[in-house]
Amino acid sequence: MAGSVADVAPVQDACAAAPWPGDGVHRIPYAAYTRRDIYEEELSRLFYRGHWCYVGLEAEIPNAGDFKRTAIGERSVVMARDRDGAIHVVENVCAHRGVAFCRQNFGNRGEFTCPYHQWTYALDGRLLGVPLMRGVKSDGVVQGGMPQGFKREDHGLRRLAVTARNGVVFASFDTAVEPLENYLGPDVLRYFDRVFDGRRLAVLGYSRQRIGGNWKLMQENIKDPYHPGLLHTWFVTFGLWRADQKSELITDAHGRHACMVSRRNEGGSGAVTQGVSSFKANMALHDDRVLDVVAEPWWNGPTVVMTTIFPSVIIQQQVNSLSTRHIQPRGPDAFDFVWTHFGFADDTPEMQRRRLRQANLFGPAGYVSADDGEVIEFSQQGARQRPGGASVAELGGTGTATHTGHTVTETLIRSMYAYWRRVMEA
Amino acid sequence: MIDLATWRDLVTLYQAYSMALDSRDYARWPQFFTDPCVYKLQPRENFDRGLPLATMAFESRGMLEDRVYGITETLAHDPYYQRHVVGIPIVRSDDGEAIEAEASYAVFRTRQNELSEVFNVGRYIDTVRRTPDGLRFASRICVFDSELVPTSIIYPI
Repeated sequence: MAGSVADVAPVQDACAAAPWPGDGVHRIPYAAYTRRDIYEEELSRLFYRGHWCYVGLEAEIPNAGDFKRTAIGERSVVMARDRDGAIHVVENVCAHRGVAFCRQNFGNRGEFTCPYHQWTYALDGRLLGVPLMRGVKSDGVVQGGMPQGFKREDHGLRRLAVTARNGVVFASFDTAVEPLENYLGPDVLRYFDRVFDGRRLAVLGYSRQRIGGNWKLMQENIKDPYHPGLLHTWFVTFGLWRADQKSELITDAHGRHACMVSRRNEGGSGAVTQGVSSFKANMALHDDRVLDVVAEPWWNGPTVVMTTIFPSVIIQQQVNSLSTRHIQPRGPDAFDFVWTHFGFADDTPEMQRRRLRQANLFGPAGYVSADDGEVIEFSQQGARQRPGGASVAELGGTGTATHTGHTVTETLIRSMYAYWRRVMEA
Repeated sequence: MIDLATWRDLVTLYQAYSMALDSRDYARWPQFFTDPCVYKLQPRENFDRGLPLATMAFESRGMLEDRVYGITETLAHDPYYQRHVVGIPIVRSDDGEAIEAEASYAVFRTRQNELSEVFNVGRYIDTVRRTPDGLRFASRICVFDSELVPTSIIYPI
Protein backbone atom coordinates (compact mmCIF):
# COMPACT_ATOMS: atom_id res chain seq x y z
CA MET A 1 0.00 0.00 0.00
CA ALA A 2 1.73 3.17 -1.16
CA GLY A 3 2.51 5.72 1.52
CA SER A 4 1.99 3.39 4.48
CA VAL A 5 4.53 3.35 7.25
CA ALA A 6 5.02 -0.38 6.74
CA ASP A 7 6.39 0.25 3.25
CA VAL A 8 9.26 2.42 4.42
CA ALA A 9 12.46 0.40 4.55
CA PRO A 10 13.96 0.44 8.06
CA VAL A 11 16.91 2.81 8.37
CA GLN A 12 20.06 0.70 8.21
CA ASP A 13 22.40 1.22 11.04
CA ALA A 14 25.58 1.46 9.00
CA CYS A 15 27.53 0.18 11.99
CA ALA A 16 25.49 -2.99 12.44
CA ALA A 17 25.83 -3.94 8.79
CA ALA A 18 29.58 -3.27 8.53
CA PRO A 19 31.16 -2.30 11.86
CA TRP A 20 34.57 -1.74 10.32
CA PRO A 21 34.55 -0.97 6.60
CA GLY A 22 37.62 -1.90 4.55
CA ASP A 23 40.63 -3.67 6.01
CA GLY A 24 42.75 -0.75 7.19
CA VAL A 25 43.49 0.06 10.81
CA HIS A 26 44.04 3.78 10.50
CA ARG A 27 40.36 4.80 10.68
CA ILE A 28 38.82 3.39 13.86
CA PRO A 29 34.99 3.40 13.83
CA TYR A 30 33.55 5.22 16.83
CA ALA A 31 31.18 2.27 17.13
CA ALA A 32 34.12 0.31 18.55
CA TYR A 33 34.01 2.61 21.58
CA THR A 34 30.26 2.80 22.07
CA ARG A 35 28.41 -0.34 21.02
CA ARG A 36 27.29 -2.65 23.81
CA ASP A 37 27.39 -5.78 21.62
CA ILE A 38 30.99 -5.14 20.57
CA TYR A 39 31.89 -4.53 24.21
CA GLU A 40 30.33 -7.83 25.35
CA GLU A 41 32.24 -9.63 22.62
CA GLU A 42 35.46 -7.95 23.78
CA LEU A 43 34.91 -9.21 27.31
CA SER A 44 34.44 -12.70 25.99
CA ARG A 45 37.31 -12.79 23.49
CA LEU A 46 39.86 -10.49 25.11
CA PHE A 47 39.34 -10.70 28.88
CA TYR A 48 37.89 -14.15 29.45
CA ARG A 49 39.63 -16.15 26.73
CA GLY A 50 43.13 -16.48 25.31
CA HIS A 51 44.73 -13.66 27.31
CA TRP A 52 46.52 -13.15 30.59
CA CYS A 53 45.01 -10.44 32.79
CA TYR A 54 46.77 -8.63 35.60
CA VAL A 55 45.58 -9.36 39.14
CA GLY A 56 48.32 -7.90 41.33
CA LEU A 57 51.78 -8.01 42.84
CA GLU A 58 53.08 -10.74 45.11
CA ALA A 59 54.05 -7.97 47.50
CA GLU A 60 50.33 -7.30 48.04
CA ILE A 61 49.83 -10.78 49.50
CA PRO A 62 53.13 -11.52 51.26
CA ASN A 63 51.86 -13.80 54.04
CA ALA A 64 49.99 -17.09 54.07
CA GLY A 65 46.27 -16.36 54.13
CA ASP A 66 46.63 -12.90 52.57
CA PHE A 67 44.12 -12.21 49.84
CA LYS A 68 43.23 -9.43 47.43
CA ARG A 69 39.91 -9.02 45.67
CA THR A 70 40.15 -7.58 42.18
CA ALA A 71 38.60 -7.88 38.74
CA ILE A 72 39.30 -9.46 35.37
CA GLY A 73 37.07 -7.76 32.85
CA GLU A 74 33.87 -7.33 34.86
CA ARG A 75 34.31 -10.50 36.89
CA SER A 76 35.25 -10.33 40.53
CA VAL A 77 38.14 -12.62 41.45
CA VAL A 78 40.18 -13.26 44.56
CA MET A 79 43.95 -13.79 44.60
CA ALA A 80 45.24 -15.58 47.71
CA ARG A 81 48.50 -16.86 49.15
CA ASP A 82 48.24 -20.39 50.49
CA ARG A 83 50.05 -21.88 53.47
CA ASP A 84 52.64 -23.48 51.18
CA GLY A 85 53.34 -20.13 49.49
CA ALA A 86 51.39 -20.92 46.32
CA ILE A 87 49.18 -18.22 44.80
CA HIS A 88 45.64 -19.08 43.75
CA VAL A 89 43.05 -17.05 41.91
CA VAL A 90 39.42 -18.04 42.21
CA GLU A 91 36.20 -16.51 40.98
CA ASN A 92 34.28 -14.64 43.66
CA VAL A 93 31.08 -16.65 43.13
CA CYS A 94 29.93 -19.29 45.61
CA ALA A 95 29.35 -22.68 43.97
CA HIS A 96 26.08 -23.01 45.90
CA ARG A 97 23.73 -20.23 44.83
CA GLY A 98 26.08 -17.69 43.29
CA VAL A 99 26.82 -15.32 46.17
CA ALA A 100 29.81 -13.04 45.61
CA PHE A 101 31.17 -14.13 48.97
CA CYS A 102 34.31 -12.02 49.35
CA ARG A 103 33.38 -8.55 50.60
CA GLN A 104 36.79 -7.01 51.29
CA ASN A 105 39.52 -5.81 48.99
CA PHE A 106 42.28 -7.07 51.27
CA GLY A 107 42.50 -9.34 54.25
CA ASN A 108 43.84 -12.53 55.73
CA ARG A 109 41.84 -15.76 56.03
CA GLY A 110 42.60 -19.43 56.44
CA GLU A 111 39.57 -20.30 54.30
CA PHE A 112 36.78 -18.59 52.38
CA THR A 113 33.33 -18.87 53.94
CA CYS A 114 30.22 -17.76 52.16
CA PRO A 115 28.07 -15.71 54.56
CA TYR A 116 24.72 -17.01 53.30
CA HIS A 117 24.91 -20.76 54.07
CA GLN A 118 28.45 -21.00 55.41
CA TRP A 119 29.82 -23.15 52.59
CA THR A 120 33.57 -23.15 53.24
CA TYR A 121 36.36 -23.33 50.69
CA ALA A 122 40.12 -23.76 50.84
CA LEU A 123 42.07 -20.82 49.44
CA ASP A 124 42.61 -22.86 46.26
CA GLY A 125 38.85 -23.13 45.78
CA ARG A 126 38.23 -26.70 46.94
CA LEU A 127 34.91 -27.05 48.73
CA LEU A 128 35.67 -28.15 52.29
CA GLY A 129 32.47 -27.80 54.23
CA VAL A 130 28.76 -27.86 53.53
CA PRO A 131 26.62 -27.44 56.68
CA LEU A 132 23.95 -30.13 57.09
CA MET A 133 25.38 -32.01 54.12
CA ARG A 134 24.32 -35.33 55.67
CA GLY A 135 20.99 -34.09 56.89
CA VAL A 136 19.74 -33.88 60.45
CA LYS A 137 18.70 -36.86 62.56
CA SER A 138 15.34 -36.39 64.20
CA ASP A 139 13.53 -39.13 66.12
CA GLY A 140 16.03 -41.60 64.70
CA VAL A 141 15.36 -40.57 61.09
CA VAL A 142 17.80 -38.60 58.94
CA GLN A 143 15.99 -35.76 57.30
CA GLY A 144 17.15 -33.79 54.29
CA GLY A 145 20.77 -33.12 53.45
CA MET A 146 22.45 -33.17 50.09
CA PRO A 147 21.42 -35.95 47.69
CA GLN A 148 23.25 -39.28 47.48
CA GLY A 149 25.47 -38.38 44.52
CA PHE A 150 26.60 -35.04 45.85
CA LYS A 151 30.40 -34.76 45.85
CA ARG A 152 32.27 -31.76 47.19
CA GLU A 153 34.92 -32.20 44.49
CA ASP A 154 32.25 -31.26 41.93
CA HIS A 155 31.37 -27.99 43.63
CA GLY A 156 34.53 -26.02 44.19
CA LEU A 157 35.05 -22.40 43.25
CA ARG A 158 35.96 -21.70 39.67
CA ARG A 159 39.77 -21.67 39.54
CA LEU A 160 41.73 -19.55 37.14
CA ALA A 161 45.10 -20.29 35.55
CA VAL A 162 47.73 -18.30 37.46
CA THR A 163 51.21 -17.24 36.54
CA ALA A 164 53.68 -15.07 38.41
CA ARG A 165 56.87 -13.57 37.03
CA ASN A 166 59.29 -11.64 39.19
CA GLY A 167 56.58 -10.59 41.59
CA VAL A 168 53.80 -9.78 39.12
CA VAL A 169 50.73 -12.03 39.06
CA PHE A 170 48.49 -12.66 36.06
CA ALA A 171 45.46 -14.93 35.81
CA SER A 172 43.17 -16.24 33.10
CA PHE A 173 39.75 -17.86 32.95
CA ASP A 174 41.20 -19.71 29.95
CA THR A 175 43.30 -22.56 31.31
CA ALA A 176 44.75 -23.16 27.82
CA VAL A 177 46.36 -19.72 27.59
CA GLU A 178 49.98 -19.77 26.36
CA PRO A 179 52.85 -19.31 28.84
CA LEU A 180 53.43 -15.70 29.87
CA GLU A 181 56.85 -15.49 28.20
CA ASN A 182 55.23 -16.39 24.87
CA TYR A 183 52.28 -14.13 25.58
CA LEU A 184 54.54 -11.12 26.03
CA GLY A 185 57.14 -12.10 23.42
CA PRO A 186 60.89 -11.52 23.82
CA ASP A 187 60.99 -7.78 23.09
CA VAL A 188 58.29 -6.77 25.58
CA LEU A 189 59.54 -9.37 28.07
CA ARG A 190 62.94 -7.65 28.06
CA TYR A 191 61.37 -4.37 29.22
CA PHE A 192 59.10 -6.19 31.67
CA ASP A 193 62.18 -7.79 33.26
CA ARG A 194 63.95 -4.42 33.31
CA VAL A 195 61.49 -3.19 35.94
CA PHE A 196 60.63 -6.57 37.46
CA ASP A 197 64.05 -8.17 37.69
CA GLY A 198 63.36 -10.37 40.70
CA ARG A 199 64.06 -7.79 43.40
CA ARG A 200 61.46 -7.72 46.14
CA LEU A 201 58.88 -5.03 45.61
CA ALA A 202 57.39 -2.68 48.19
CA VAL A 203 53.84 -1.40 47.71
CA LEU A 204 53.63 2.35 48.36
CA GLY A 205 49.86 2.63 47.98
CA TYR A 206 46.84 2.88 45.70
CA SER A 207 44.94 5.38 43.59
CA ARG A 208 41.62 4.62 41.95
CA GLN A 209 39.57 6.44 39.36
CA ARG A 210 36.43 5.81 37.38
CA ILE A 211 37.00 7.30 33.95
CA GLY A 212 34.02 7.84 31.66
CA GLY A 213 35.45 6.47 28.44
CA ASN A 214 35.88 3.16 26.66
CA TRP A 215 38.64 0.98 28.16
CA LYS A 216 40.51 0.86 24.85
CA LEU A 217 41.03 4.62 25.03
CA MET A 218 43.34 4.02 27.98
CA GLN A 219 45.36 1.43 26.09
CA GLU A 220 45.51 3.95 23.23
CA ASN A 221 46.59 6.75 25.55
CA ILE A 222 49.71 4.83 26.55
CA LYS A 223 50.29 3.71 22.96
CA ASP A 224 50.19 7.35 21.93
CA PRO A 225 53.63 8.96 22.02
CA TYR A 226 52.25 11.93 20.09
CA HIS A 227 50.30 13.50 22.95
CA PRO A 228 52.68 13.58 25.93
CA GLY A 229 54.86 16.28 24.42
CA LEU A 230 51.78 18.33 23.59
CA LEU A 231 49.07 17.81 26.21
CA HIS A 232 51.37 17.36 29.17
CA THR A 233 52.94 20.74 29.77
CA TRP A 234 55.06 19.35 32.55
CA PHE A 235 56.57 16.75 30.31
CA VAL A 236 57.59 19.04 27.53
CA THR A 237 58.74 21.89 29.75
CA PHE A 238 60.92 19.73 31.97
CA GLY A 239 62.14 17.45 29.22
CA LEU A 240 60.43 14.32 30.52
CA TRP A 241 58.83 13.49 27.18
CA ARG A 242 59.37 15.36 23.95
CA ALA A 243 59.34 14.59 20.26
CA ASP A 244 63.00 15.51 20.00
CA GLN A 245 64.18 12.85 22.45
CA LYS A 246 65.96 9.66 21.54
CA SER A 247 63.09 7.19 21.48
CA GLU A 248 61.94 3.80 20.34
CA LEU A 249 58.54 2.16 19.98
CA ILE A 250 58.28 -1.59 20.19
CA THR A 251 55.44 -4.06 19.87
CA ASP A 252 55.25 -7.80 20.30
CA ALA A 253 54.80 -9.93 17.17
CA HIS A 254 51.00 -9.60 17.41
CA GLY A 255 51.09 -5.82 17.79
CA ARG A 256 48.95 -5.99 20.92
CA HIS A 257 51.51 -5.11 23.62
CA ALA A 258 53.87 -2.17 23.29
CA CYS A 259 56.74 -0.33 24.92
CA MET A 260 57.36 3.37 24.46
CA VAL A 261 61.01 3.92 25.35
CA SER A 262 62.58 7.35 25.69
CA ARG A 263 65.50 9.18 27.14
CA ARG A 264 65.10 12.56 28.83
CA ASN A 265 66.76 15.61 27.36
CA GLU A 266 67.17 19.09 28.77
CA GLY A 267 63.73 20.48 27.99
CA GLY A 268 63.20 24.17 27.30
CA SER A 269 62.26 25.64 23.95
CA GLY A 270 63.09 24.09 20.62
CA ALA A 271 61.59 23.16 17.28
CA VAL A 272 59.15 20.77 18.91
CA THR A 273 57.70 23.48 21.12
CA GLN A 274 57.00 26.01 18.34
CA GLY A 275 53.32 26.78 18.17
CA VAL A 276 52.47 24.39 20.99
CA SER A 277 50.08 26.32 23.23
CA SER A 278 50.68 24.07 26.23
CA PHE A 279 54.38 24.86 26.33
CA LYS A 280 55.27 27.37 29.03
CA ALA A 281 58.69 28.84 28.24
CA ASN A 282 59.01 30.61 31.57
CA MET A 283 57.70 27.89 33.79
CA ALA A 284 59.90 27.38 36.82
CA LEU A 285 58.95 25.52 39.94
CA HIS A 286 58.96 27.29 43.31
CA ASP A 287 59.94 24.00 44.89
CA ASP A 288 61.54 21.57 42.50
CA ARG A 289 61.99 18.69 44.90
CA VAL A 290 59.04 17.08 43.13
CA LEU A 291 61.39 16.60 40.18
CA ASP A 292 64.45 15.53 42.13
CA VAL A 293 65.33 12.78 39.67
CA VAL A 294 68.20 10.39 40.22
CA ALA A 295 69.13 7.86 37.55
CA GLU A 296 68.85 4.28 38.74
CA PRO A 297 71.43 1.75 37.56
CA TRP A 298 68.85 -0.70 36.23
CA TRP A 299 67.52 1.88 33.76
CA ASN A 300 70.41 1.06 31.41
CA GLY A 301 69.86 4.17 29.35
CA PRO A 302 66.18 5.07 28.96
CA THR A 303 64.66 7.41 31.56
CA VAL A 304 61.13 6.32 30.74
CA VAL A 305 59.55 3.12 29.52
CA MET A 306 55.77 2.91 29.31
CA THR A 307 54.54 -0.61 28.63
CA THR A 308 51.02 -1.61 27.69
CA ILE A 309 50.18 -5.27 28.17
CA PHE A 310 46.99 -6.02 26.32
CA PRO A 311 44.26 -5.91 27.44
CA SER A 312 44.47 -5.14 31.13
CA VAL A 313 47.55 -3.37 32.45
CA ILE A 314 50.07 -0.60 31.99
CA ILE A 315 53.51 -0.72 33.54
CA GLN A 316 54.89 2.74 34.23
CA GLN A 317 58.51 3.62 34.72
CA GLN A 318 58.83 7.38 34.37
CA VAL A 319 61.97 8.66 36.06
CA ASN A 320 61.84 7.38 39.65
CA SER A 321 58.10 6.74 39.73
CA LEU A 322 56.86 3.19 39.19
CA SER A 323 53.32 1.87 39.02
CA THR A 324 51.08 -0.78 37.59
CA ARG A 325 47.84 0.67 36.23
CA HIS A 326 45.01 -1.86 36.04
CA ILE A 327 42.19 -1.41 33.52
CA GLN A 328 38.84 -2.78 34.73
CA PRO A 329 36.09 -2.15 32.13
CA ARG A 330 32.59 -1.18 33.34
CA GLY A 331 30.49 -1.23 30.19
CA PRO A 332 31.49 0.42 26.93
CA ASP A 333 31.45 3.93 28.40
CA ALA A 334 33.61 3.62 31.51
CA PHE A 335 36.43 1.77 33.22
CA ASP A 336 37.91 1.70 36.67
CA PHE A 337 41.59 2.47 36.72
CA VAL A 338 43.56 1.19 39.71
CA TRP A 339 47.12 2.36 40.28
CA THR A 340 49.52 0.41 42.44
CA HIS A 341 52.57 2.54 43.13
CA PHE A 342 55.59 0.57 44.20
CA GLY A 343 59.29 0.70 44.85
CA PHE A 344 61.82 -1.89 45.85
CA ALA A 345 62.16 -3.34 49.32
CA ASP A 346 65.82 -2.23 49.34
CA ASP A 347 65.10 1.41 48.43
CA THR A 348 66.73 3.89 50.76
CA PRO A 349 64.29 6.14 52.67
CA GLU A 350 65.54 8.93 50.40
CA MET A 351 64.65 7.00 47.22
CA GLN A 352 61.23 6.15 48.62
CA ARG A 353 60.64 9.83 49.39
CA ARG A 354 61.71 10.65 45.84
CA ARG A 355 59.21 8.15 44.41
CA LEU A 356 56.42 9.54 46.58
CA ARG A 357 57.23 13.12 45.54
CA GLN A 358 57.25 12.22 41.85
CA ALA A 359 53.91 10.48 42.35
CA ASN A 360 52.47 14.02 42.26
CA LEU A 361 52.81 13.77 38.48
CA PHE A 362 50.60 10.69 38.34
CA GLY A 363 47.27 9.38 39.54
CA PRO A 364 43.87 11.10 39.55
CA ALA A 365 45.33 14.47 40.55
CA GLY A 366 48.63 14.08 38.74
CA TYR A 367 50.28 17.00 36.99
CA VAL A 368 50.56 14.76 33.97
CA SER A 369 47.94 12.05 34.40
CA ALA A 370 44.92 14.11 35.43
CA ASP A 371 44.72 15.42 31.87
CA ASP A 372 44.56 11.93 30.40
CA GLY A 373 41.40 10.97 32.26
CA GLU A 374 39.80 14.21 31.12
CA VAL A 375 40.64 13.89 27.43
CA ILE A 376 39.54 10.27 27.40
CA GLU A 377 36.12 11.40 28.58
CA PHE A 378 36.07 14.15 25.98
CA SER A 379 36.89 11.49 23.32
CA GLN A 380 33.99 9.29 24.42
CA GLN A 381 31.60 12.23 24.25
CA GLY A 382 32.61 12.94 20.67
CA ALA A 383 32.37 9.28 19.66
CA ARG A 384 28.90 9.02 21.23
CA GLN A 385 27.46 11.85 19.26
CA ARG A 386 28.73 10.56 15.92
CA PRO A 387 27.94 6.86 15.71
CA GLY A 388 28.90 6.53 12.04
CA GLY A 389 32.17 8.39 12.41
CA ALA A 390 35.73 7.22 12.76
CA SER A 391 38.93 8.20 14.50
CA VAL A 392 41.81 9.16 12.17
CA ALA A 393 45.05 7.52 13.32
CA GLU A 394 47.34 8.29 10.38
CA LEU A 395 50.29 9.96 12.03
CA GLY A 396 53.30 8.12 10.66
CA GLY A 397 51.26 6.55 7.87
CA THR A 398 48.66 3.81 7.76
CA GLY A 399 50.83 0.78 8.42
CA THR A 400 52.26 -0.94 11.46
CA ALA A 401 55.73 -2.03 12.54
CA THR A 402 57.19 -3.89 15.48
CA HIS A 403 60.05 -1.38 15.82
CA THR A 404 59.99 2.37 15.18
CA GLY A 405 62.85 4.71 15.99
CA HIS A 406 60.86 7.86 16.74
CA THR A 407 57.64 8.94 18.42
CA VAL A 408 55.97 11.03 15.71
CA THR A 409 53.55 8.26 14.89
CA GLU A 410 50.31 6.52 15.84
CA THR A 411 51.66 3.16 14.72
CA LEU A 412 51.14 1.52 18.13
CA ILE A 413 47.43 2.34 18.06
CA ARG A 414 47.13 0.94 14.54
CA SER A 415 48.98 -2.21 15.65
CA MET A 416 46.58 -2.75 18.50
CA TYR A 417 43.60 -2.48 16.20
CA ALA A 418 45.20 -4.81 13.65
CA TYR A 419 45.30 -7.39 16.44
CA TRP A 420 41.84 -6.45 17.68
CA ARG A 421 40.33 -6.94 14.23
CA ARG A 422 41.98 -10.36 13.87
CA VAL A 423 40.50 -11.54 17.16
CA MET A 424 37.13 -9.79 17.00
CA GLU A 425 36.39 -10.63 13.37
CA ALA A 426 37.49 -14.27 13.55
CA MET B 1 40.51 23.12 76.99
CA ILE B 2 40.79 25.59 74.15
CA ASP B 3 39.82 29.16 75.01
CA LEU B 4 36.83 30.68 73.29
CA ALA B 5 38.77 33.31 71.30
CA THR B 6 41.09 30.68 69.83
CA TRP B 7 38.13 28.43 69.15
CA ARG B 8 36.46 31.23 67.21
CA ASP B 9 39.68 31.80 65.24
CA LEU B 10 39.95 28.08 64.53
CA VAL B 11 36.43 27.84 63.15
CA THR B 12 37.04 30.98 61.09
CA LEU B 13 40.23 29.45 59.67
CA TYR B 14 38.34 26.32 58.61
CA GLN B 15 35.57 28.28 56.95
CA ALA B 16 37.84 30.88 55.31
CA TYR B 17 39.92 28.06 53.78
CA SER B 18 36.88 26.41 52.18
CA MET B 19 35.40 29.69 50.99
CA ALA B 20 38.67 30.73 49.34
CA LEU B 21 38.89 27.46 47.44
CA ASP B 22 35.23 27.44 46.44
CA SER B 23 35.43 30.98 45.16
CA ARG B 24 38.45 29.90 43.08
CA ASP B 25 40.75 32.29 44.90
CA TYR B 26 43.55 29.75 44.55
CA ALA B 27 46.31 32.30 45.07
CA ARG B 28 45.17 32.52 48.71
CA TRP B 29 45.34 28.77 49.30
CA PRO B 30 49.07 28.65 50.18
CA GLN B 31 48.57 31.58 52.57
CA PHE B 32 46.56 29.39 54.92
CA PHE B 33 49.70 27.38 55.63
CA THR B 34 52.97 27.81 57.46
CA ASP B 35 56.24 27.34 55.57
CA PRO B 36 57.31 24.55 55.55
CA CYS B 37 54.02 22.76 55.81
CA VAL B 38 52.36 19.47 55.00
CA TYR B 39 49.37 19.13 52.71
CA LYS B 40 48.29 15.63 51.81
CA LEU B 41 45.24 14.37 49.99
CA GLN B 42 45.16 10.65 50.65
CA PRO B 43 42.66 7.83 50.12
CA ARG B 44 41.48 6.30 53.35
CA GLU B 45 42.65 2.81 52.37
CA ASN B 46 46.25 4.07 52.24
CA PHE B 47 45.93 6.07 55.45
CA ASP B 48 44.31 3.24 57.41
CA ARG B 49 46.87 0.69 56.22
CA GLY B 50 49.87 2.95 56.83
CA LEU B 51 50.76 3.09 53.14
CA PRO B 52 52.63 6.31 52.33
CA LEU B 53 51.22 7.11 48.87
CA ALA B 54 49.08 10.24 48.68
CA THR B 55 47.10 11.58 45.73
CA MET B 56 48.64 15.01 46.37
CA ALA B 57 51.61 15.41 48.71
CA PHE B 58 53.16 18.82 49.32
CA GLU B 59 55.80 19.97 51.81
CA SER B 60 56.11 23.71 51.41
CA ARG B 61 54.29 26.84 50.35
CA GLY B 62 56.38 26.65 47.19
CA MET B 63 54.86 23.28 46.29
CA LEU B 64 51.39 24.66 46.99
CA GLU B 65 52.13 27.59 44.69
CA ASP B 66 53.29 25.16 42.02
CA ARG B 67 49.97 23.32 42.34
CA VAL B 68 48.15 26.62 41.88
CA TYR B 69 50.17 27.22 38.74
CA GLY B 70 49.24 23.75 37.52
CA ILE B 71 45.55 24.41 38.16
CA THR B 72 45.49 27.76 36.43
CA GLU B 73 48.02 27.23 33.63
CA THR B 74 48.87 23.64 32.81
CA LEU B 75 46.26 21.05 33.75
CA ALA B 76 43.86 20.48 30.84
CA HIS B 77 40.47 19.81 32.38
CA ASP B 78 36.76 20.40 32.33
CA PRO B 79 36.42 23.33 34.78
CA TYR B 80 34.04 22.63 37.64
CA TYR B 81 32.61 24.31 40.72
CA GLN B 82 33.57 22.92 44.10
CA ARG B 83 31.50 23.41 47.20
CA HIS B 84 32.90 22.41 50.55
CA VAL B 85 30.60 21.62 53.44
CA VAL B 86 32.77 21.27 56.50
CA GLY B 87 31.67 19.99 59.87
CA ILE B 88 32.42 21.72 63.14
CA PRO B 89 36.00 20.91 64.08
CA ILE B 90 36.74 18.75 67.08
CA VAL B 91 39.83 19.77 69.04
CA ARG B 92 41.94 16.78 70.06
CA SER B 93 44.56 18.79 71.91
CA ASP B 94 45.97 22.27 72.42
CA ASP B 95 49.36 22.65 74.03
CA GLY B 96 49.33 26.44 73.73
CA GLU B 97 51.40 26.42 70.57
CA ALA B 98 49.87 23.78 68.29
CA ILE B 99 46.24 22.73 68.06
CA GLU B 100 45.37 19.25 66.83
CA ALA B 101 41.90 19.29 65.30
CA GLU B 102 39.74 17.29 62.90
CA ALA B 103 36.59 17.88 60.91
CA SER B 104 34.50 15.94 58.43
CA TYR B 105 34.09 17.43 54.99
CA ALA B 106 32.07 16.87 51.87
CA VAL B 107 33.02 18.43 48.57
CA PHE B 108 30.38 18.58 45.85
CA ARG B 109 31.42 18.98 42.24
CA THR B 110 29.31 20.66 39.58
CA ARG B 111 30.61 20.34 36.06
CA GLN B 112 29.22 22.68 33.42
CA ASN B 113 25.87 21.47 32.08
CA GLU B 114 25.90 18.54 34.48
CA LEU B 115 24.14 17.74 37.75
CA SER B 116 25.90 18.41 41.04
CA GLU B 117 27.43 15.30 42.51
CA VAL B 118 29.13 14.10 45.67
CA PHE B 119 32.78 14.32 44.66
CA ASN B 120 35.09 13.80 47.61
CA VAL B 121 34.15 13.19 51.22
CA GLY B 122 36.44 12.55 54.13
CA ARG B 123 37.98 14.17 57.15
CA TYR B 124 40.66 16.75 57.77
CA ILE B 125 43.36 15.83 60.25
CA ASP B 126 45.08 19.09 61.09
CA THR B 127 47.87 20.66 63.07
CA VAL B 128 47.21 24.37 63.42
CA ARG B 129 49.89 26.73 64.75
CA ARG B 130 49.65 30.16 66.29
CA THR B 131 51.74 32.55 64.18
CA PRO B 132 52.20 36.33 64.19
CA ASP B 133 49.69 36.40 61.32
CA GLY B 134 47.14 34.31 63.17
CA LEU B 135 46.29 30.63 63.03
CA ARG B 136 47.80 28.70 60.11
CA PHE B 137 47.81 25.06 59.04
CA ALA B 138 51.18 23.47 59.73
CA SER B 139 49.74 20.22 58.47
CA ARG B 140 46.47 19.40 56.76
CA ILE B 141 45.83 15.81 55.78
CA CYS B 142 42.62 15.16 53.87
CA VAL B 143 41.79 11.49 54.24
CA PHE B 144 39.05 10.74 51.76
CA ASP B 145 36.46 7.94 51.83
CA SER B 146 35.77 8.52 48.12
CA GLU B 147 38.61 6.27 47.03
CA LEU B 148 37.14 5.79 43.57
CA VAL B 149 37.71 9.26 42.18
CA PRO B 150 35.24 10.38 39.51
CA THR B 151 37.76 11.04 36.75
CA SER B 152 40.23 13.54 38.18
CA ILE B 153 40.87 15.86 41.12
CA ILE B 154 42.17 19.17 39.84
CA TYR B 155 41.61 21.69 42.64
CA PRO B 156 42.72 21.32 46.25
CA ILE B 157 40.30 19.83 48.75
